[in-house]
Amino acid sequence: MTKNLRVRTSKFIDETYKISFKFDGKTYYGYKGDTLASALLANDIHLVGRSFKYHRPRGIMTAGSEEPNAIVQLHKNSSRTEPNVRATEVEIYEGLEASSQNCWPSVNFDIGGINNILSPLLPAGFYYKTFMWPASFWEKYEYFIRKSAGLGKSPTMPDPDIYEHKYIHCDVLVIGAGISGIIAAKTAAQNGFKTLLVDEKPYLGGSTIYQNSEHFKINNQISSSWLEKEINEIKKFKNLEIKTRTSIAAFHGYNFLLARENLTDHIPLEQRNNKTRQRLLKIRAKKVITATGSLERPLIFDNNDRPGILLSSAVEKYANLYGVACGEKNVLFTNNDSAYETAISLHQKGINIEAIIDNREEIDSKLIRETEKNNIKIYKGYTVVNTYGYKRINKISIMQLSKDGQKVVSSKISISCDCLGISGGWTPAVHLFTQSGGKLKFRDEDQVFIPNIYSSDQISIGSCNGDFTLDEILSNVPNSLREFLNIKKTDYENLEVRSSFNKTKRNIWLLPSDKVIGKTKPFVDYQNDATAKDIKLALREGFRSIEHVKRYTTTGMGTDQGKLGNMHALGIISETAGSKMGELGTTTFRPPYTPLTFGTIVGRNVGEYFDIFRKTPMHDWHVQNKAEFENVGQWKRAWYYPQNGESMHDAVQRESKAARDSAGILDASTLGKIDIQGTDASEFLNRVYTNAWSKLAIGKCRYGLMLNEDGMVYDDGVTTRLGENHYIMTTTTGGAATVLGKLEDYLQTEWPELDVYLTSVTDHYATISVCGPNSKKIVSQVIPDLNFSDESFPHMSFKNTKIDKIKCRVMRISFTGEHSYEINVQANYGKSVWEKCMEAGKEFNITPYGTETMHLLRAEKGFIIVGQDTDATMTPIDLQMDWIVSKKKYDFIGKRSLYRSDTIREDRKQLVGLLTENPDEVLEEGAQIVADVNKSPIEMLGHVTSSYYSPNLKKSIALGVVRGGKNMIGQKLIIPMENKKINVTVADPVFLDKENKRLNA
Amino acid sequence: MFLINCPYCGEREQSEFKAGGEAHIIRPKQPTELSDDQWAEYLFMRKNIKGIQFERWVHTHGCRKWFNVVRDTSNDIIKAVYKMGEKPPTK
Ligand SMILES: [Zn+2]
Repeated sequence: MTKNLRVRTSKFIDETYKISFKFDGKTYYGYKGDTLASALLANDIHLVGRSFKYHRPRGIMTAGSEEPNAIVQLHKNSSRTEPNVRATEVEIYEGLEASSQNCWPSVNFDIGGINNILSPLLPAGFYYKTFMWPASFWEKYEYFIRKSAGLGKSPTMPDPDIYEHKYIHCDVLVIGAGISGIIAAKTAAQNGFKTLLVDEKPYLGGSTIYQNSEHFKINNQISSSWLEKEINEIKKFKNLEIKTRTSIAAFHGYNFLLARENLTDHIPLEQRNNKTRQRLLKIRAKKVITATGSLERPLIFDNNDRPGILLSSAVEKYANLYGVACGEKNVLFTNNDSAYETAISLHQKGINIEAIIDNREEIDSKLIRETEKNNIKIYKGYTVVNTYGYKRINKISIMQLSKDGQKVVSSKISISCDCLGISGGWTPAVHLFTQSGGKLKFRDEDQVFIPNIYSSDQISIGSCNGDFTLDEILSNVPNSLREFLNIKKTDYENLEVRSSFNKTKRNIWLLPSDKVIGKTKPFVDYQNDATAKDIKLALREGFRSIEHVKRYTTTGMGTDQGKLGNMHALGIISETAGSKMGELGTTTFRPPYTPLTFGTIVGRNVGEYFDIFRKTPMHDWHVQNKAEFENVGQWKRAWYYPQNGESMHDAVQRESKAARDSAGILDASTLGKIDIQGTDASEFLNRVYTNAWSKLAIGKCRYGLMLNEDGMVYDDGVTTRLGENHYIMTTTTGGAATVLGKLEDYLQTEWPELDVYLTSVTDHYATISVCGPNSKKIVSQVIPDLNFSDESFPHMSFKNTKIDKIKCRVMRISFTGEHSYEINVQANYGKSVWEKCMEAGKEFNITPYGTETMHLLRAEKGFIIVGQDTDATMTPIDLQMDWIVSKKKYDFIGKRSLYRSDTIREDRKQLVGLLTENPDEVLEEGAQIVADVNKSPIEMLGHVTSSYYSPNLKKSIALGVVRGGKNMIGQKLIIPMENKKINVTVADPVFLDKENKRLNA
Repeated sequence: MFLINCPYCGEREQSEFKAGGEAHIIRPKQPTELSDDQWAEYLFMRKNIKGIQFERWVHTHGCRKWFNVVRDTSNDIIKAVYKMGEKPPTK
């Protein structure tokens, strides 16, 4: 049934260790050391997926992280399943399960394949052009597009694996452990630098390590043997850390890099328990040496995407590293010498090569001569014009190229084959370099972009810097290292190097065909099915910028970011548009280099660790008393306390009534508290609040409103004068940090002459607010030594006192309109004082209430909540709070803005009360307010900001902002809802106790 | 992701800091004397430079001090750091 294409034992594969795995439900075998791709190829399986748009059969194309086609879904289980994994990077383990993506019902019979036949109807920009019109049809189209689009499935259950983050600081980071990286790492370590060497692969040595040719020698040793010794040496350095299976995801400015370290992906599932799966490394390196190598380019010709077509270097790697033949009848197609390296390797392994097609006409090199000696037929000056075979290549036809390479001449020759290795030369892997902000330059000789200007202390060496051959690497890398590391010499001076590579290349971005381009499918982006034809179409339609062509044709927009074909896309654009390559620029490679799992990004910040939450000192009491909590900023605040299965509404009604009828108690510890001291403290408050502060007596409290410089309300709260030069300011819960920041800003940058010091004491105090007609009786039991008479302790004043031996501050202030006290005590006594209040309040049915009741009670009094009734477009005048804006003060933050032409408009949105015609009807917060529903378009006058059913007034009340609302008291307005219109009357925003009698009740 | 050399604490990660917009915009001493246009100039008008920009930063998760930074906005390279009230470097 399936063939075994394993060839002579490779030392990288452990043939004594057999591993079974499943692909698309069928069991196969491979060996330890195999990737999923190499194991599948050994079983003669090339077809592993379908392409994105045309659903064309696709096979394994590469042997590395640049793979565009062989992306699979790993694991069956709904919590671990992972899409878009490159089969070329997956190391097999016992029990591995993988399946094809983007095909239904199966990779061998895929219904979406009809798109391939319809492809003349699916040109570039097809989705944009077709589905956007008529707009109302979009919803219908979307369903089908979403169904047929997308690669793979996301997990639906929580991820069972553990991930973590780790910071690493090093002197020198070396990215890539090929020959250049090994040399760099050893040199850095030898010279005392704390060095980190990372490579995405599980082994060290890059592509040199499986090189086994007499044509590439260093000091008379085959290059791989030489490198092996170097690798053994670097393992001895204590100041050199080596991380394999570690892929740099992002190279940011200032040499800050992110890497993903794979720790368990290569071991059987049952051995992964309690182990960290992947680690996100946050690396800060003083110096970075990029040695990421290069990627082989494909060639662009008709039907260049069939299963069985691989990069020539991949064919070589499968043979040399994995001991796998990609086919029995191999043909190589090239424009440079690389394919001959492959040919020699295959020949050594006894793998049959039918022929080599070489674009170059008059060409000679040692590699070619040896290939010819092995009786391999070479077609010089030829190109492949077409390939055949639906699910696996079975034949190619070739034709001779014209002198200028623009046309094909002569008659067609057919060659049957089951594998075609293609080589279009090499592209330096400059992705990380460009991510770091580096600027490239174009080298005309071999049509490559290479690093030019570096943005930080870093260099690129080896083939990612355009040095492709062994002799170039060994002569340039030591020089670069000496200069970069500022050292006198390296171990690598004067090596004797044999490198038989002839660098001549015949670069033709789009190879000519005997057919017109419209009848061909020369793929440029394999994953996204973008062809040369699409790119030309985009140019014909007027697109000029590469970034636009990229988006229109989706070239380079797949999960592989077009690592293979982007250069060809640029080449075709420049040829078609008649512009020079170097002037076009390149598209931007964005992090991550290869996709990252969400798990790695999130690390340990999952579940309750997702965000910090802050608890008040009384938190445990609220939990014991079954409070529901609400998130306010990072705080967990008691929201309401349901009793005996009460609904939220019922609980809030009960709490609200109890607070006004007898006594309520609220945990107000989350309010921001800023301690203000200094001889200029009063002057400072004068400048930051709208009202006057200099005359506030010691021991008195005052409500203040703070504006932004644009005149809009920013925060509010009560500030108390504790001493001559000492105040305590309270802010809203959410505003605490930003208010402190803003005040510091003014102090340090605008008014450095003021003697004022600010300290946040929010967490240092617990705040217990007891309100209601019986509050005085309760608090005076808790603090028996204090004189609570209205004369001694009136509304808006404060006392320093003690509860037993514990010092506390008691303010008589009110956010409910009731007679009430706020006890501030050192945080760790908060719970015990709270419990004392509860105990003392028992006989008065003291009722704990949460934020919802607090909001209701203040709304009855028409008190605003900054951020709910205001939205950074409300001035104090808009809020009908003119009384708090000092006319006498020359200046305060925001004052000048209160009489800008815009802020003095009469028709600004202003805060008003709203009463519904039906007193039981409670408005929805956020609902729109209009005057006339028959007008078209209906004019929006404002919206509802706060709305409740008041159990104390026995009717629905609401606050809202209405254009010109101040002068509309008594006027009828309409709140149109989905299936009804609610009639409301504009009212004064103070609904209860306008005379403030209850404050002294 | 860059490093900022706080004049009070030394070099720290950018994540410890908050940017505060363009530097050397002085709050008018006598706002009442200004026309709407003059006040708007102070209130709203900010430069958005590609290249060398003078800006304010605060070491929020550190010493809480404000200071000035000269940054090349095209590559985030910080050319200079100086305290509030100090003269901006000319070169
Ligand atoms: Zn600092």
